[in-house]
Amino acid sequence: MSTLSIRDLDVTLGDHAVLRGVDLEVPSGSITAVLGPSGCGKTTLLRSVAGFVRPESGEVRIGDVLVSGAGRHLAPERRGVALVPQEGALFPHLTVGQNVAFGLPRAERRRSPRVAEVLDLVGLAGFAARRPAELSGGQQQRVALARALAPDPSLVLLDEPFSALDAALRESVRTQVREALERSRATALVVTHDQDEALSVADSVAVLDDGRIQMHDSPQAVYRSPSGLGVARFVGQCVELPASVSGGVAVTALGPMRVEAVPPGSGLAQGVVVLRPEQLRLLPLTTGEGTAGEVVGGEYFGHDALVRVRIGGNDSPLEVQVRTLGEIPERGAVRVGVSGPGRFYPA
Amino acid sequence: MTTPEARAADATRAPTSRGSSRVPFFLGAPSVVVAGITLLPIAYLLVRTAEAGASRVAEIVLRERTVLLIGRSVLLAALVTSLSIAIGVGLAFLATRTDLPGRRVLAGLAPLPLAIPSYVAAFAWISAVPELAGLAGSVLVLTLCCYPYVYLPVLAALRRADPGVEEVARSLGRSPSQVFREVTLRQVRPAAAAGGLLVALYTLSDFGAVSILRYDVFTRVIYTAYRSSFDRSTAAVLSLILVLLTVAISVGESRVRRRDIARVGAGVSRAVQPVRLGGLRFPLGGAAGVVLALALVFPIGSLLWWFLNGLSAGIDGVHLAESVAATAWLALLGAVACTLGAVPVGILAARHRGSFTTVVEQITYAGHALPGIVVALALVFLGVRVVPWVYQEAPLLVLAYVVLFVPTAVGAVRSSVAQSSVRGEEVARSLGATPTDVLRRVTLPLAAPGIGAGSALVLLTCMKELPATLLLRPTGTDTLATSLWTETGVGAYGAAAPYGLALVVLAVLPTIWLMRLTDRERGTPR
Repeated sequence: MSTLSIRDLDVTLGDHAVLRGVDLEVPSGSITAVLGPSGCGKTTLLRSVAGFVRPESGEVRIGDVLVSGAGRHLAPERRGVALVPQEGALFPHLTVGQNVAFGLPRAERRRSPRVAEVLDLVGLAGFAARRPAELSGGQQQRVALARALAPDPSLVLLDEPFSALDAALRESVRTQVREALERSRATALVVTHDQDEALSVADSVAVLDDGRIQMHDSPQAVYRSPSGLGVARFVGQCVELPASVSGGVAVTALGPMRVEAVPPGSGLAQGVVVLRPEQLRLLPLTTGEGTAGEVVGGEYFGHDALVRVRIGGNDSPLEVQVRTLGEIPERGAVRVGVSGPGRFYPA
Repeated sequence: MTTPEARAADATRAPTSRGSSRVPFFLGAPSVVVAGITLLPIAYLLVRTAEAGASRVAEIVLRERTVLLIGRSVLLAALVTSLSIAIGVGLAFLATRTDLPGRRVLAGLAPLPLAIPSYVAAFAWISAVPELAGLAGSVLVLTLCCYPYVYLPVLAALRRADPGVEEVARSLGRSPSQVFREVTLRQVRPAAAAGGLLVALYTLSDFGAVSILRYDVFTRVIYTAYRSSFDRSTAAVLSLILVLLTVAISVGESRVRRRDIARVGAGVSRAVQPVRLGGLRFPLGGAAGVVLALALVFPIGSLLWWFLNGLSAGIDGVHLAESVAATAWLALLGAVACTLGAVPVGILAARHRGSFTTVVEQITYAGHALPGIVVALALVFLGVRVVPWVYQEAPLLVLAYVVLFVPTAVGAVRSSVAQSSVRGEEVARSLGATPTDVLRRVTLPLAAPGIGAGSALVLLTCMKELPATLLLRPTGTDTLATSLWTETGVGAYGAAAPYGLALVVLAVLPTIWLMRLTDRERGTPR
């Protein structure tokens, strides 16, 4: 397994600059997710690494090998990069075992212990004789992963690997794939538009938007301390409060609160404080803590609920979302409390 | 015989390739060779015409007889086309949208005349009703053979059309007959027009039927000019004029086909409330029955009658067996050659779109517009002059089959390759397979059933081919088609009948099988 490093990559398709100066480093044996909205260029990034797209400039290295750059463009079959596309793309004319053996050297294809080994790794021991059409979507996805891992590639690329699965299956397959990747100590790049997927599967998350990497950090950092308002909005739901800040304390409609990322200079600054809905709590009216508000509606998800609360009275009404366990409370007066620091973005 | 239905489906399928448009050498080089072969006949005719000199060409073109010939060909094509559109649209509507009793049987039988070679039908008619020689007989026979070219795409369009649109029109106050005129007919117009142009193309290119029915149009006069005179420039110039006509029509056909009305929204097709025919069911059902009787029952009955008649006089079983063997052997060579030529072009067309591919693909489709007699004649000239050692040997005939039928095979390869996902090929590349490995281990195995069906179709088409086989067959060899031609030419109808029957059996049974196959493929999800 090797480190993937991408330096200053520019890719133009037709006359459209899809990637502009992308830098990305995936350490050996780790999983990095590239997260971005559709059309942000993430699939193009993946295809450039695989060798199906020829970059305009910049370089791609896998381990010590320069695979793209400086006038060099290694053919896909010579890169040792294995692809797990959306919906698996298993070869329908081959059995599961033949699919997995596809990338092995000719002499080993017939009888290689490797096939059973990787099928076992993805939890499908004994499936070698089946046909792809007999498998469920999740099983197909895991066979696609086994096929990619079999030749012991330097790097595994996964393109929206779980988006074709239904919600119930997605989580379990995600866990199985993550475990299989960890056990094989593979270096992996996962491309996805699904925030939950990126945050739960990867060791680090790179947020790609408008052809550039906007932020690359641990999942916690990307969620808790987004580098900008755009990243904050894309990674999860936001409660945005207009605020003025000085000396590390912001004055907002939910009262004064501690904030991070205050610009140096520390004068009075205007901007927006961003909180996550789970940082807000509904409090009983009797406590007297927090800010007065009124429940106006909500969405119920079963495992939790998002409650819409109007605060700030009639002069400057503002709706905030509060994540709660349990039912949506009846409409009427409540109080809203805040825990943990907010994050400040100057206007 | 590419069914117009298949061609229409083909045209609407968007290319799925997103990969590099760089054309690999191992596909590009053979494709250029195939395209070159396709251009050979036209190129040679042009050379031949140029050699004749401008004044000689002008003299041939401006002859009163030539102008008359153009008039006759166009008249025949116009009559056959309009009758075919009327019959094709009518039958398709009766079969899909009405409560006509027996409409399922009608839907199954109506396309079958497509499988009867027009010269066999012509033989069946003229042997029974000699007065049919001339325009009337040609119109009758060709219409009965050609209307399926309209029927099939219109049937498909009617089945595809969203019945919701018709229901909305009814709910907005239109009567059933107004809906038929204002909505239903509008929806099938592009399909009917494309089918009609195919009929016109087929009629202008047809050689066997008009010759047997002794109606002097281009193809027959070209053949006579070639047989009767040492000066071949007349045949060459007339061939070029005919090609101009057919090329103009096929350009029109591809334009119309592209303009097919797209369905708005992706609602699920459901069963339509059939139109109640009421008292009209007997006259309309009777008319449909008459069409089927004339197109299927009469020709087959006539063949059987002559066959039984001939039995008493004795049948040359040895020659029949030899003809069957020669037909199968030559058609097999043709099918193999067409498929080999079509694989590189079809894969290019499905996977590597770009200007190079477009040009190569369009050139290989030229065979669609070239009448068999023209290709045959050009290759005769070429053979005699350039490669006399293969003239009247199998290779030159196989070359003619390639020019004429490689478009059918390219269409089959292209659509079956386009059906499998590009992703699988990319996965194979990333797993270390070179482009040729991918072709051998993924692309071709996946496309094999479709390519096989395409080859079978070419095989059948080669078996029925008349003019090129007649002019280019190896010396001393007779196929079913040429034996029928020879016996009919001397009025030996009883002796000709077995060859006609054998051709019908060879053509109709596989056609039914192929139609079942495509129906089943469409029936399964995914």
